[in-house]
Amino acid sequence: MKEKSKSKVARTKEAGPKDTPRNGAQVITDFLNSVGTEVIFGYPGGAVIPLYDALYDSGLRHILTRHEQGAIHAADGYARASGKVGVVFATSGPGATNLVTGLATAHMDSVPILAITGQVPTTSLGSDSFQEADIYGISIPITKYNYLVKDPNQLPTILAEAHYLARSGRPGPILVDVPKDIQTTLITAKAGPLDIPGQNNHCGSDPHQLEAMIEALTLSQRPVMYLGGGATITGAGPEILTLAERLDMAVVTTLQAKGVFSDRHPLSLGLPGMHGSKYANLAINESDLIVGLGVRFDDRVVGNVRRFAPMARILHVDIDPAEIGKRLPVDIAVIGDLKDVLTKILAKIKKSSRPQWRHRINELRQLYPMEIPVANGTLKPQGVIRALSDHLKGQAVVVTDVGQHQMWAAQYFQCEQPRHFLSSGGLGTMGYGLPAAIGAQLARPDRTVVLIVGDGGFQMNIQELATVMENQLPIKILLINNGCLGMVRQWQQFFFNRRYSSTVFNYNPDFVALAKVYGLWAKKISKPNEVDRAVKDLMKTTGPALLEVEVALEENVLPMIPAGQGQTDFFEGEEGAQ
Amino acid sequence: MKKILSILVRNRPGVLSHVAGLVTRRGYNVESIAAGPTENRAITRITLVVAGDEPILEQVAKQVGKLVDVISLEDLPLEEAMTGELAIITVNADRARRAEMLNLINLLGLTLTDIRDDSLSVMAAGTAKSVQMAISGLMPFGIRAMARTGLVALSRPLDPKSANEEDE
Repeated sequence: MKEKSKSKVARTKEAGPKDTPRNGAQVITDFLNSVGTEVIFGYPGGAVIPLYDALYDSGLRHILTRHEQGAIHAADGYARASGKVGVVFATSGPGATNLVTGLATAHMDSVPILAITGQVPTTSLGSDSFQEADIYGISIPITKYNYLVKDPNQLPTILAEAHYLARSGRPGPILVDVPKDIQTTLITAKAGPLDIPGQNNHCGSDPHQLEAMIEALTLSQRPVMYLGGGATITGAGPEILTLAERLDMAVVTTLQAKGVFSDRHPLSLGLPGMHGSKYANLAINESDLIVGLGVRFDDRVVGNVRRFAPMARILHVDIDPAEIGKRLPVDIAVIGDLKDVLTKILAKIKKSSRPQWRHRINELRQLYPMEIPVANGTLKPQGVIRALSDHLKGQAVVVTDVGQHQMWAAQYFQCEQPRHFLSSGGLGTMGYGLPAAIGAQLARPDRTVVLIVGDGGFQMNIQELATVMENQLPIKILLINNGCLGMVRQWQQFFFNRRYSSTVFNYNPDFVALAKVYGLWAKKISKPNEVDRAVKDLMKTTGPALLEVEVALEENVLPMIPAGQGQTDFFEGEEGAQ
Repeated sequence: MKKILSILVRNRPGVLSHVAGLVTRRGYNVESIAAGPTENRAITRITLVVAGDEPILEQVAKQVGKLVDVISLEDLPLEEAMTGELAIITVNADRARRAEMLNLINLLGLTLTDIRDDSLSVMAAGTAKSVQMAISGLMPFGIRAMARTGLVALSRPLDPKSANEEDE
């Protein structure tokens, strides 16, 4: 039997007896325990002291980052790597506003996150109190849903609903703003049944639409499967592989789907769109049926809407009806859970081979190979990434930041499993990589986690190196240093007459020395013949490690289709076709 | 083109912010938005009148439908729906023209809500057209202040026969 009068200062590892009244903060930690939360990322402050006090003896693991933005990106990386809800705590005011970029990042890529923020007491709300910010109002457009808890008795139901909403349907970030007095109020209410009548409208997919989908797939001679985040989220990899092989479909994968369909598979054409391979974009151009699975037909993939897949019918499967027809008209739309839809389709679809299409896919691949640029004495980032990829053989979780290195990683790093390539695709958040790698390593302690990052984005959340060291996370960092903001500089080179306005860093720290000060193993290379050895050395280290590779300032991401252009308008750089 | 969206939402704090915010930030043109309770205390009905091209209007409906608090959303055809609006208008009224005005107020079926030495206040309720007519009629006297609710609308109930037909 548990002791009757549990002193507030007593620190025990387990949560208190369930029938004694719990304050709001304890209700939160009890709830997180009840849903099996493995780790919370956060940063304390005045308005969450009661919450952190409840955390102290809750048995929950908390990772103290060095910035709230680091905490939410880490929660995001954890969620993407594990498929579970990432949890983040922050205080009111500046703590909460520091979550904004992370919420928007997760919202764009449909990542399940539960953000719990402290708020000034309900009695002070709206009076411009110290560290008061209307995070409820601020976060409306960048969350799937959000709450400001005003009635303590609502808290248990709100938490249950928030967690459910984060992970159900099209997942997304949910923010719960909890005033300090709610955290200290004793709450006897229990969570009521979930009552979200508008959220279960799209369970079953329309049988007529499924029939139309089967017919279109069967009749198509040159089908291209275009995979997005929905393929990763629903775990539809096995069904996708079966369907592609059964019908000889070419497969293109966006950043959010990378790994769902192995990059080494003969039907895989890799990344489509602006920095996709020529063969991927030419296959789309020649296709007679584009099968979009859990995608947004994003502008970085589609380019010019009128010139996208001119010969093809468009088939779109998505759980979110608002995505259907958002950017371009769709011929056949199926609303539903992707894995569920594909399972139903596969039960009715027979094998039919398309030797001509297979032949054409191979031909395109040979005609327009994704070659690694020749290293004329200078170290090529594409070559380093390929060397890393060859070394890891698909057995690592790769996290990228945003920019040129991100595109090189998407082009040259070969993934074979879902949730093994984490990248801020929709929002394109620089500074995402390092904290997301922290989350990924905590989600997958069994896996090597590699961070590929540029010198720009690395410095946006570089403070998280301390978090890496504090938790001894054996993350391997590949820092591709071109001394500039390469992607913007590339656009300036191509489209603004090389007027490098504010894109070249005139000062950068000595990253190797800096990493060593934090306590990482660190090394720098600048010659092509050093690559293989350095990659081996990096991967041999047991703890956190950084390999800096120095590359040329004017290294570019090619091929490139300039924004808003057609699928075959490849821009070769100012040198022209080579 | 105009569209009336009749939206049933959970009666939650902030629900109007969610709907109004979505419509504004996606750049849709809102003509009016009106919210009020329904027969069920837990449910609020929002009537949203938006203008735009058909694909834009379709996106508005889909994006609004996606909001967590939205229970159901009905796209009401302007000509078939039952619609109504209310306006309160304060208008200049010097004594010389008072009789003429009262005559007009009677004719338009407006409700007198306030009388002063130099002004009259009236309430107009009815279809959007009749409210507009009242405003136009009072305009020459000089309108001092006005408040309009925006359109509220409800679909006509189906008679049981046609409801069955739709099921089949």
